[in-house]
Amino acid sequence: MPAGDGSEAALLAARRPLARPYDGPRMASLSRDEVAHVARLARLQLSEEQLDTFTPQLAAILEHAADVEALDLADVPATSHPYPLKNVWRPDVPRDAGIREAVLDQAPDAEAGMFRVPPVLGEAP
Amino acid sequence: MSPVDTARSTAAAVRAGERSARSVVEAHLGAIGERDGELHAFNLVTADAALAHADEIDAQVAAGHDPGPLAGVPIAVKDNLCTAGVPTTCSSKILDGWRPPYDATVVQRLRAAGAVSVGKTNLDEFAMGSSTENSAFGPTRNPHDTSRVPGGSSGGSAAAVAAGFAPLALGSDTGGSIRQPAAFCGIVGAKPTYGAVSRYGLVAFASSLDQIGPFATDVADAALLLEVISGHDPLDSTSIPKPPLSLSSTLQQGVEGLRVGVVKELLDAEGIHPDVASRTRAALEALEGAGAKIEEVSVPAVIYGLSAYYLIAPAEASSNLARYDGVRYGLRVDAPTTGEMYDRTRTAGFGAEVERRIMLGTYALSAGYYDAYYGKAQKVRTLIIRDFEAAYERCDVLLSPTAPTTAFELGAKADPLAMYLNDVCTIPSNLAGHPAISVPFGSGDDGLPVGVQIMAPAMGEATMFRVAAALEGARA
Amino acid sequence: MSAAATGLPEGWGMVIGLEVHCELATETKLFCCCPNSFGDQPNANTCPTCLGLPGSLPVLNERAVELAMRVGRALACDVRRSVFARKNYFYPDQPKVYQVSQYDLPTNEHGHLDLPSGLRVGITRAHIEEDTGKLTHVGGGGRIHDASHSLVDYNRAGVPLVEIVSEADMRSSDQAREYVAELRSILLATGVSDAKMEEGSMRVDANVSVHREGEPWGTRCEIKNLNSLRSLGRAIDHEALRQIDLLDAGDTVRQETRHWDEASGRTGTLRVKEDADDYRYFPEPDLVPLEPSAEDIRRIDAALPVLPAARRAALAGAAGAPTIGAVAIAVERDLDTLALEAITAGADPARVLTHVEHNLAVEGAQRVSAAHLAALVQMETRGELTATQAKATLAEVVATGDDPAAIAKAKGYEAMGADALETLVDGVIAAHPGEWEQFRTGDDKAKGKLTGFFMGKVMQASKGQADGKAATALLRAKASA
Repeated sequence: MPAGDGSEAALLAARRPLARPYDGPRMASLSRDEVAHVARLARLQLSEEQLDTFTPQLAAILEHAADVEALDLADVPATSHPYPLKNVWRPDVPRDAGIREAVLDQAPDAEAGMFRVPPVLGEAP
Repeated sequence: MSPVDTARSTAAAVRAGERSARSVVEAHLGAIGERDGELHAFNLVTADAALAHADEIDAQVAAGHDPGPLAGVPIAVKDNLCTAGVPTTCSSKILDGWRPPYDATVVQRLRAAGAVSVGKTNLDEFAMGSSTENSAFGPTRNPHDTSRVPGGSSGGSAAAVAAGFAPLALGSDTGGSIRQPAAFCGIVGAKPTYGAVSRYGLVAFASSLDQIGPFATDVADAALLLEVISGHDPLDSTSIPKPPLSLSSTLQQGVEGLRVGVVKELLDAEGIHPDVASRTRAALEALEGAGAKIEEVSVPAVIYGLSAYYLIAPAEASSNLARYDGVRYGLRVDAPTTGEMYDRTRTAGFGAEVERRIMLGTYALSAGYYDAYYGKAQKVRTLIIRDFEAAYERCDVLLSPTAPTTAFELGAKADPLAMYLNDVCTIPSNLAGHPAISVPFGSGDDGLPVGVQIMAPAMGEATMFRVAAALEGARA
Repeated sequence: MSAAATGLPEGWGMVIGLEVHCELATETKLFCCCPNSFGDQPNANTCPTCLGLPGSLPVLNERAVELAMRVGRALACDVRRSVFARKNYFYPDQPKVYQVSQYDLPTNEHGHLDLPSGLRVGITRAHIEEDTGKLTHVGGGGRIHDASHSLVDYNRAGVPLVEIVSEADMRSSDQAREYVAELRSILLATGVSDAKMEEGSMRVDANVSVHREGEPWGTRCEIKNLNSLRSLGRAIDHEALRQIDLLDAGDTVRQETRHWDEASGRTGTLRVKEDADDYRYFPEPDLVPLEPSAEDIRRIDAALPVLPAARRAALAGAAGAPTIGAVAIAVERDLDTLALEAITAGADPARVLTHVEHNLAVEGAQRVSAAHLAALVQMETRGELTATQAKATLAEVVATGDDPAAIAKAKGYEAMGADALETLVDGVIAAHPGEWEQFRTGDDKAKGKLTGFFMGKVMQASKGQADGKAATALLRAKASA
């Protein structure tokens, strides 16, 4: 891990060999409850068996990512777009896409030209 | 392998009226019919539509019109590219049977160039994988050895070209999904500069990394296909506002005087099979023999590439794949409430690898972890770009293996992280947004193809293809 | 300024911050070419992008950016480099299952809004985001919890919004109403939005918390979707009292989202804020940053109209009297230029503002020429028209655009001259000697009461043509003579 000062030299010194030998899943700090919470956020209904499988797998991947987590990159800007563009826009001119029927015909359930869903419990956030 | 005419020679013959597009398409449909039962390169073969389109091309030629640079050339399209009225599944149960009401920009451009789509190719579900085993519709097999995977995620497209089902195919590459299967199948595959090809109509996996690119049997065909699909598209905000790439005209200029660097971190790393490393060194020598100047360079930050990638790509995927909720299209599993309908639909619709990545990405973005994971991974991208830029001050292109090994056996990589390690050499170009191409360069002791990767700075495709062509010429 | 009248029990105070969403007046949606229009057939205005179809991508509407920056500058904000972000949450009105909004880097920041009362309210930010679709709950009387199913219309999904977030600078519901009214007038003046609260093109969420004076502010609650100034005021007052009742009873206020029920006059729990509110914001990779240049900002500034605060200041300066309410109304009705020009042309400011406030709240008032209004007021000042006649004449000016003198003449409003008025007043006095004696000798109260009596008689005798003011003055002069 970096020696704290975050310099390029420290970063370089901290780097480990690429693709270090991998000896299978290890338990990391990620808990089964955390995995269950994340599944709820992602709206996935994981079975007990899946939770048992996913927890160590995700922990292993996160453990592998620990080197990135540990880097001191306070002064490094983030790259969200590899090719820097700005102010990309289009003129405010309407156009009919003409896809309404094709989409509604394929909807899992439609009624009165709208998408029909089971009762929605709770308001939007 | 069945002998295949190049796309160039086929298009030339069709444009000249020497060969009918129908006969070309029929021959390829025949090859598909003979062998795709075994390989499963295609999720869907659109034979009738292809023949009808071929007839249109022939009618154009007969009427004295030029159907375009890919006149009558069959092409296989990865099944995560939207095709109007033709099912687009992403090899996922959640989109099984969905017919997009629109064409991807690349699909429109293919049609405008006279190419004939023969079908939609298999992939790892939502392009998440390196073997095409994660398809809801069963794996694709490597035409060189059907006990082996074709690579992935664009394994169907790579296998289709390698098997002679079509001279050209489109794939998408988020972390190596064109280049690695090209290497495994012994063909050419390129990932363009991020933004060089429109993503409009590509079903998103990781938006800031995804690019569409060509597969072909040789470098010149890949260049031709990339010329056709590249160029600015106002429908994609990240599309680079430049005209289509011009590659073919400079393809044969050779490498005399070009500076080629081999990336130390990607060649000497543990995990790179000795056969692959030795083929990469042989490629370097071949280029030197052709007049290039060779040196070893360091791109230190690439060692963080895999970790950064497996934070960024799943994070973006978790958001991109949220829309598969059973409300508007695709699969719905009924339930008494909308909330339960979401849970049941998504759980039934997604395979394990997709679920795993959604989970990983959701976690990486969730409260309290953004800065440590996604935020930091985006900064690692900056480091990688800086290190590449430094390397490109000394070199025109960089060289590395495409994949650490040759094609592995189906089922060999059951552990997800072991599978992810396949992408170590290809991921850095995606993170940097730079172009990279895999060129076949001999085979390993197992007799399976080895690919060598050539990387270039952003919009450096012309030089990259020149080097690729030189390497291809030195192969024999 | 003096402490706001809160209507709260002694020793308690409230603090209010407002979040106002307004639809931008564009032709198309924020990220696609679908029409931004209201009232069409369900899902008529949809395309791959605003339905979130796989493979679709957003492309930003240039006009929406322009309007958002315009409102930012009108609110004295810094317009800065901004980045879109995805706000991830599952709800069926959200076609992509994330909303594209701005998070840590909004287009506009650090502005303020000066209210007619003199209060300055800080503007935290004004950011661009997309609207959601519309859910209709079927069965169970349209109530969400009793519905048999729901239907989704995505016509509104992707409509461009700016969300204007104020600082918690307001201390009474009156101030909150004043803020929203002023903001609305700015949105209208700049052409940014049609700002119709009733149609939902301007929606207000209020964050309210209370405290005992000298103690820290309590937990705040958010009241969602207030769709009129009246609802806004009532909801805030009710909510503050509800929180005080809870605290008085030794309970705690729970952080939650509440809704206002106009019929019952109460707020009710909509949604309790949960730890699960984890929107996993991250930069939208399908869009690139917005980086307005200094030149862009100069261009926006140059195109801004004179804003209501400046218009009020100009008119108040010309009127020269403490006429804050009437001046604000003139600006609100877009009649301040008319008033200002009439005053400049020599008309009495008080009479001009009286006409604007009371007699020009009508369709077509903006068409009245300043020259006509000035002429009318001057006729009135000279006693050629009574207040009643002036009002009738003005109505005719609005309707026909004719010259007020000609109208007055046609109506037979020939001025009752001073002599004729005096003769008439003398006649009325002579006819009521008892009342006159009481008026002459009585105290102010008696005088006030009897003024009404005599004026009634004068008006009766003159068939309404007498100038009430002049007649009153005459009566008083004669009484003290």
